Parts: sequence; C-alpha cells; structure tokens
Amino acid sequence: MDSMSSERIRADITTNDVVLYMKGTPVFPQCGFSAQAVQILNMLGVRFKGVDVLTDPSLRQGIKDFSNWPTIPQLYVKGEFVGGCDIMREMFQSGELQQTLQAKGVALEPTPKSA
Amino acid sequence: MAMDIIEIERLILEALPDAKIEIKDLRGDGDHYAAHVESAAFAGKTLVQQHQIVYAALQGRVGGVLHALALKTSAPQARQA
Repeated sequence: MDSMSSERIRADITTNDVVLYMKGTPVFPQCGFSAQAVQILNMLGVRFKGVDVLTDPSLRQGIKDFSNWPTIPQLYVKGEFVGGCDIMREMFQSGELQQTLQAKGVALEPTPKSA
Repeated sequence: MAMDIIEIERLILEALPDAKIEIKDLRGDGDHYAAHVESAAFAGKTLVQQHQIVYAALQGRVGGVLHALALKTSAPQARQA
C-alpha cells in the first residue's frame, strides 16, 4: 500500500476518537451506504470526523488495504476498525454499537457536530 | 458490472462448503444484493472477521464488479457476538 495514505489513516484514527471514511461529507453524503452510516452516528449523538475518500483516489484504495475491507463506509473508534455499513446497522439495532462506543469512552451527546 | 446469484453462491460455497445462503437481488439489476450466510466457520469470530471471510470467498469482487452486497452472517444456532 501507498505509505502516505497509510500514515495519514493512522494519524487520523489515532487523533480522532471516531472516524468515518465515507463517500461525500457528513452533510452531503454521496452514497446511500455512507448516508446510513452518518445517520446512525447522528442518531447516537456521536461527534465524529468524516473523511471523504472521493477527494483522494490513493486514500480510497488505501483505506481498503489498511483494514482489509473492500467497501466504504468504514467506521473506526479509538483507532480500531469497527465495521462497515451492515455491521454498524446490525450493532446499532442490537444496542451493541452504543455499548462499544461507551465502553471505549466515547461521549454520546444529544446535539452532535461533525468535525 | 454485475454478477448473478448463482455465481455469488458458487464462490461462497467453494470457500464455505457448509454454508446456507440466501440471496436477494434488491433492485433486479444484478448489482445490488442482500445475502444471509450461515456457516460453522463463523463460530467464535467477530462480525468483522465473518464478513471478511465472505469477502475473501468472493475474491475481490465486492466493491468492484459487485457494487453492493448487504451482508448478514451467522453461525448455526446462536449468533456469535
């Protein structure tokens, strides 16, 4: 993998508690799956950094190599890959996502803002 | 830029011979599927690992020729956490 993008990813996921690699931005998602991921995080009131992979082809490929995961969106919490859209939805519905976030010390706020 | 259900099933069964697979073509366009895969290979694995097993079975097609595969995985009987 291109080492620039892996370094950038490592820096992003270690300096931000919650990072969502997505197509588009949290305000204007460019794909239905990314939109669902944003919606889940907003419903939980999680502050997160959205990283738009469409702005950088090396990052779009880099994030897939980094996590050994073929699709976007991808959620990282405290540096750890949690899953893609399906896993986020399944964990959200079972309450496991809330538990995971809280166990990792991520605040769930009523009025979220994305960085 | 599409795959048919039979081909998806064949590739998953090649990697997971015991798998029970249900696939729906969500839009009838051969490009947006939902699959439920049940296999003993998922026992004791995290959801991320379970999905990675299916993605590996599909040999790089997910995210490529196969644009969208909404995936649900489980081990027989109790679902593993």
